[in-house]
Parts: sequence; C-alpha cells; structure tokens
Amino acid sequence: MKTMLIHSLLATAIASLLIPASALAAEPKPGGDIIVTYQNDVATLDPAIGYDWQNWSMIKSLFDGLMDYNPGTTELVLDLAQSYELSDDGKTYTFKLREGVEFHNGREMKAGDVKYSLERTANPETQSPGAGFFSPILGYDAVSAGDTDELEGVTVIDDYTVAIELTAPNATFLHVMGLNFASIVPSEAVAEYGKDFGKNPVGTGAYELTDWTLGRHLIFSKNLDYFKPSVPYIDSITFEVGQEPMVALQRLERGDVDIAGDGIPPAKFLQFKNEAQFDSLMVVGDQLHTGYLTLNVTIPPLDNLKVRQAINMAINKDRIVRIINGRATPANQPLPPAMPGYDKNYEGYPFDPEQAKALLAEAGYGEGFETELFVMSTDPQPRIAQAMQQDLLNIGIKAEIRSLAQANVIAAGGAQNQAPMVWSGGMAWIADFPDPANFWGPILGCEGAVPGGWNWAWYCNEKLDAMGDKADAMVAEDQQEERAALWGKIFTDAMADAPWVPIFNEQRFTVRSERMAGDESLYVDPVHVPVNYDYIWVK
Amino acid sequence: MPIYLLRRLGYAVLILLGVSFITYLLLYMIPADPARQLAGRSATADTVANIRAQLGLDLPFYQQYFNYLTNLLQGDLGRSYIQRTEVSTLIMSRLRPTIELMAWGISFELIIGVSLGMLAALKRNTAIDRFLMALSFVGVSSPHFIASMLFLYLFAVNLDWFPLGGYGEFQHVLLPALTLGLLGSGWYSRMVRSSMIEVLQQDYIRTARAKGLTRARVLFRHVLPNAIIPVIPMIGIDIGIFIGGLVVVESVFGWPGLGQLAWQAIQRVDIPVIVGVTMVSAVAIVIANLIADLLVPLADPRIALDKS
Repeated sequence: MKTMLIHSLLATAIASLLIPASALAAEPKPGGDIIVTYQNDVATLDPAIGYDWQNWSMIKSLFDGLMDYNPGTTELVLDLAQSYELSDDGKTYTFKLREGVEFHNGREMKAGDVKYSLERTANPETQSPGAGFFSPILGYDAVSAGDTDELEGVTVIDDYTVAIELTAPNATFLHVMGLNFASIVPSEAVAEYGKDFGKNPVGTGAYELTDWTLGRHLIFSKNLDYFKPSVPYIDSITFEVGQEPMVALQRLERGDVDIAGDGIPPAKFLQFKNEAQFDSLMVVGDQLHTGYLTLNVTIPPLDNLKVRQAINMAINKDRIVRIINGRATPANQPLPPAMPGYDKNYEGYPFDPEQAKALLAEAGYGEGFETELFVMSTDPQPRIAQAMQQDLLNIGIKAEIRSLAQANVIAAGGAQNQAPMVWSGGMAWIADFPDPANFWGPILGCEGAVPGGWNWAWYCNEKLDAMGDKADAMVAEDQQEERAALWGKIFTDAMADAPWVPIFNEQRFTVRSERMAGDESLYVDPVHVPVNYDYIWVK
Repeated sequence: MPIYLLRRLGYAVLILLGVSFITYLLLYMIPADPARQLAGRSATADTVANIRAQLGLDLPFYQQYFNYLTNLLQGDLGRSYIQRTEVSTLIMSRLRPTIELMAWGISFELIIGVSLGMLAALKRNTAIDRFLMALSFVGVSSPHFIASMLFLYLFAVNLDWFPLGGYGEFQHVLLPALTLGLLGSGWYSRMVRSSMIEVLQQDYIRTARAKGLTRARVLFRHVLPNAIIPVIPMIGIDIGIFIGGLVVVESVFGWPGLGQLAWQAIQRVDIPVIVGVTMVSAVAIVIANLIADLLVPLADPRIALDKS
C-alpha cells in the first residue's frame, strides 16, 4: 500500500490568497456584512438536491465534503478528509477524517456520517440529480434499483476512518467526492426536517443559515467554530431574493448591494464594459464551458466526414463572438482552455470557406444540400444560429433554423435521426467538475449516444472510448500529467472525425461593489460558482 | 337573495373546476418533463422512471387530474418541483405582501380614476377632457414592464424620491402601488366620465340645480352617488386584470408577493406552483366578483337580485 498525503488545505489556501499580483495586497480583514441579490428565490439548500447556478456555491459555504478545491482554482485538495490511501489495485480509497469537526448543531462529524451521506444521495427516494455520479462505487446499482439502502463499497472502519471501494479504478472519483452531492450531512437533522431539510440545512461549512424568510431573504452567519481558523472573513451574508437584475445593478452602483448574483443582463453589458467607473467593478473569468454545433454523424449527408470537415471550415467563430458582445473566446477543440488536457498546440480547422467548398465538392455535394439546425429560442441563441446559417449558405448548404423551447431541443438532440445539427447554446455543456472525463462520456462517448442522452452528434468511437477508460484507470498521482495528455489526445483525435464544430468558450462576469476585496479569482471561482463566499472580505 | 347566492356559489364552483382543468391540461401538454428535470442530466433512464413513478407522472392524464382535485379538496396543493417545499407554504408566505399591494394599488386606481373621470365629465369636450381621456388610454395600453422600469428609473434612480424596490415600509409600497394605480385608473376614469355625463343629463339633477343647491352639493350629493354605481362591478372585473399587472410589477419592484412567485415559477417551469397560484388567483377573482355583485343592490336599491 502506498500512502499519499496532501498538504493541509489551509496552508495552500492562505498561501494562494496572499500571492495576488500586487505586492501591496492587503491582509484579509475579518468582519463586515454584505448583501447579495438574486432574482429567483433559492430553490433548495439540500446538498443532495441543489444543482443550479444560484445554490451551488451557497451549499458549498454551508457544507463540506471529503475533498474541495483551492480557492479560485481547479486544484483538488483535501477538505474534511485529512489524508487518504489508495489500495494497490487502485480500487479502494481509505480516508482519514479530521478530528473535532462539528456540525452546526454542535455534534462532531464522524465516519458514520460520511457513509450515511453518500448512501442518502445514492438512494432513489432522495431524488438527487447527482446520484449518477456515485455509480463507480461498489454496490451503487443495488441501491439505485431500490434493493438495499446500503452501499456495499462504503465501510466505516473507526470513527475517523472510512473506506470506499469502487468497481474499477477511477481517476475522477476524488472529484466526485468534491461535488456538493457528496457533502456530509448529519442524519439526525435530516430525520428531524425530513423533506424540508433543504430549507433547514445543517452542515459543517463556513457559514450557517440563520434565517430564511421565503421570497425575501436568507441570512448566512459566520460559523465561529469552523474547522479552518480565520475563515470565513465576513460576519454575515444577506441574500436578497426577488430582485430584478437591472434594478440590482442600479442598487450596486449606489453601494446598496455588494454582489449582483445574476450578473449583467445583455442590455447593460456594453455600458459596463465601456465605462471605466463600471469596468473596475466587473471581474472576468473563464468557465469550464464550450459552446458547440453538433453534426449528427448518423444522418446523411452529415455521415460523410468531408461534409463535417467542410462545415467546420465554414463557420466564422469570430463573428459569432462579436454577436454576443465579446463575452466568449473562439474555440477549436471540445475542451475549454481552463480544463486539464486542453491542447494549446492544437490548431483545429481554419476558417476557410473556399477549402470548405472544395471539400463539399469532393464529397459529391458541390451543389450543396438542405438540412436543419435546431436552436433554443431564447436570445441570443437564434441570432447565433442565423450567423451559422449565413456561413453555411456561403458554401451552398441551406440550413433551416428550428427555434424551439429548451426542453424540445434537448429532446430532439436525444432522439436519433431527428436533429441533423444542434447549436448547444443555453443548454450544454458546462463541466460538473474540472476533469476532462466529464466532457467526454455524456456528450461525445458511446454512453451518451442513446435515446434521451446528451451526445447529440451520436458520435460513438469505441477506440477513443477505450482510450478514455485507460486514462481513467490512471489513478496514481504521478500518472496525472500523462493522463491529462492522453485525454487531450482523445479530444483532438475526435476532432479528426469532426462530430462537432467547437464555437466558443463562454466567460463569466461578476459585478461587485467597491468595498469588496479578495483576489479577483474568488469572484469568478471555477468551482464555487459564482463566488467563493468563504474567502472574500470587506475592505 | 339566498337562492341567488346559492346559484352564484354553484357557478363559482363550476368556474373554478373549469380553471383547474384548463390550467392542468395546458401544463400537462407543455413538453417539459419534470421527472427528467428533477433527475438531472447525469441520471440514467431507470432513475428518471423511478422519479416519474414517485410523482405519479406515469399515470394517464385523467387520473393525474383526478388525484390533483382530490388533494386540492383536502387543501393539499402539492410540492414545488424546484423549491422542494409545500406549495401552500410558498403561497401563504406571499399572501400578505400581495394583499397590501393590491389594497394600495386599487385605492390609487379608484382615487385617480374617479377624480380624473369626474373632472373630464365636468369639462367635457374641452382640451382638458381630451387630454385626460388620451392619458387614460395611454395608461391602460402601457405594458407594465416598461412602465415599471421607467418609473423606477425616473423616480427612484434619478430623482431619488423612492427606494429602489424592496419590501417593508410604507415608502416601499408607494411606487409600485402608484404604477399599478396610474396604469389601471384609465378604466375607471373612462367609466366614471361616461356614467357621470349620463347622470348630469337626468331630470333630477336639473331639479336639484333649480331648487338652488350649490354646485358642490349637487355634485357630491346627487351626481356622484349615482355615477359611481357602475364602478362597483368594475372593481370585480378589474381584479383579474390587476393580478396580471401584479405579476410584472412585483417582479420589477422586488415585491415578495404572489405575482413574483408566479413569474419565478413560470420561468423555471415549476408546474405545481403555477397551478397553485392560478387557482388562488381564480378564487380571488370569483370572490371579488361575487362581493361586487352583492354590493350593487345595497348601493342602489333600484337593482334587485332576484328579478329572474
């Protein structure tokens, strides 16, 4: 058995906070109360259930899991786990828990809580949208089928040790333990509140919920007994809900609001970008997102590789980025640049309509053909589709735009032989965790090319799938660079088959008031989306 | 009177049944699949099927609707798909703000509408009359979203007379209530104007003037009480239009009422909440109309309810 110890989160976290570019970077100051606004009331704060842009980081601040990420980065670090060991067969993780960590109700968190929490999420009764992430754990299928409540692979060894056995080595497993769905919850609180646990959350996190007045506000107060000393810095966060995004920005300009949770509405974006006084309030960051056009490889004539390559050369991505006011950068491969495995040296298909026409002619479609382009009907998606339609017309392809509600587009994409082309905007794909595997299986792998799946190109390359399995079996720490490179190759190899036209990688914009401090990366945290509330502070 | 009341209550039940059926049917037909939505994108087909069965969504439409009605009769409006809490809890938490805003909004509608209508009638066929009537036309045809934004920008951002939305103190209710009042007052001013012009031409008004009553006394003692009667059933009808405006105004002003709840539920396709708010609104409209119709004979003894 080999042992791996990751340095304590605390040291790295504080170090990363103190590094910011300016040598004059101020020490984080404790104290202060801030106001964050949102339009919608918060859906739920149950970590097994919450899965939207609003509650994702709120849950992260109320709960902890075995793993987390360095603030503002995608680096995986230990959280409630103090260390872990991986068995020689790569299948069993044995986690040592931190001692003395208390839930908000004062009880100490122990190994039994880890087992309980994982089983709760996996149980179909919980209706967790994240249960599927636990499928690598031994015994998941039996729990999912409702045959038992217990995950065979999860064993409590003593109060501070828990072993988790997988069905096969899986390099993404530690990321899964960093998802909200793997947060540790106390069984007695879940039993007490039942289905309303999501309105009465009890965790071990940096903040605890002290008030939730439906439709008006939620108040998070600093957890004074938090196991990481000195964080969080802020005393309380009031989330005011029901605030129209434009009005929220007006209030922010006045200093009545500290963070506009819904970001910048399109109508206001150019003003914020172009006026210096607003520009300083705006933080820009990358997100693990790619927008792409799927080319259904089972529908003629898109089943012809040359046709798909021609389409890749026909689309003017720079123009599409201009259509959305430059809120993205053009993409040439499925992986976003912030994702491990992204190939900086890959050049992709050039924008070259002449060569595209030549390829079409070679494929026997010199006269062009007619096809359909499915798109979600909410602005700016139809405008983006129109730009693609013009580009395609330039090389002789007449694409009819089918602009539909989101659910209909997803349904059409997931039905074989229905949608020749789908523009993914507004629907897919943003990574659940910062690992390239999450960008493969569901959207480009054979497992996603099933009715109701998300692989709308219906691309299934068993050779690349096998390479992916090989990469995911590389679990040793010293194999991680090799693994990322292998994944990078899988994606660029897939581009040789051109199942997609990667269009752009969207950026994220957060607006915060002048008094808010802390490294900019915390305001566009790639994991604690949108803001890492645990580490920001007030000047 | 009791027979009339019973008949009206019978109609009310039929109307509510119809509303519930149409709402349920429309939401059943939209292509969103709540089970898939709840299950998340990583779910297997089995998980989705399991959730669908738990929610009873695998049943045929008539059975789903029957179950819904049975629960409704027991006061159970179901659980929100998104908020994962009882719909009745969500609705109860928002009733008070909505009633407050409605009370102020309708009061402003009446004060503005009745006084402008009177003024227009007294100055009929003058420039003032034409201006007021044009204004009322602009009011009733303005989209609430644009008007709310405009007022907010003008009076709260630029002039700083009012807070920028929110809930709590009297100053918070003023601007949204005035917005609703100004936009809705046109219905009343037009009605009061025409009914007042009609009353002014009655013989008894000439008699009242002839016997030497002051202008004010004629106006407030004889004209207004007669001219105002059509306003009462109008309020009943207006409640429905008013609730439509509330959805938008509450959302823009950050007013934590039922309208905002409806807006959020529609955007997130939270079907049980949409049905719940629709049912509560329907009940409110039916009751308001019933009360208005019962009040008319009290205000005007010449109108009897049991004529038929």
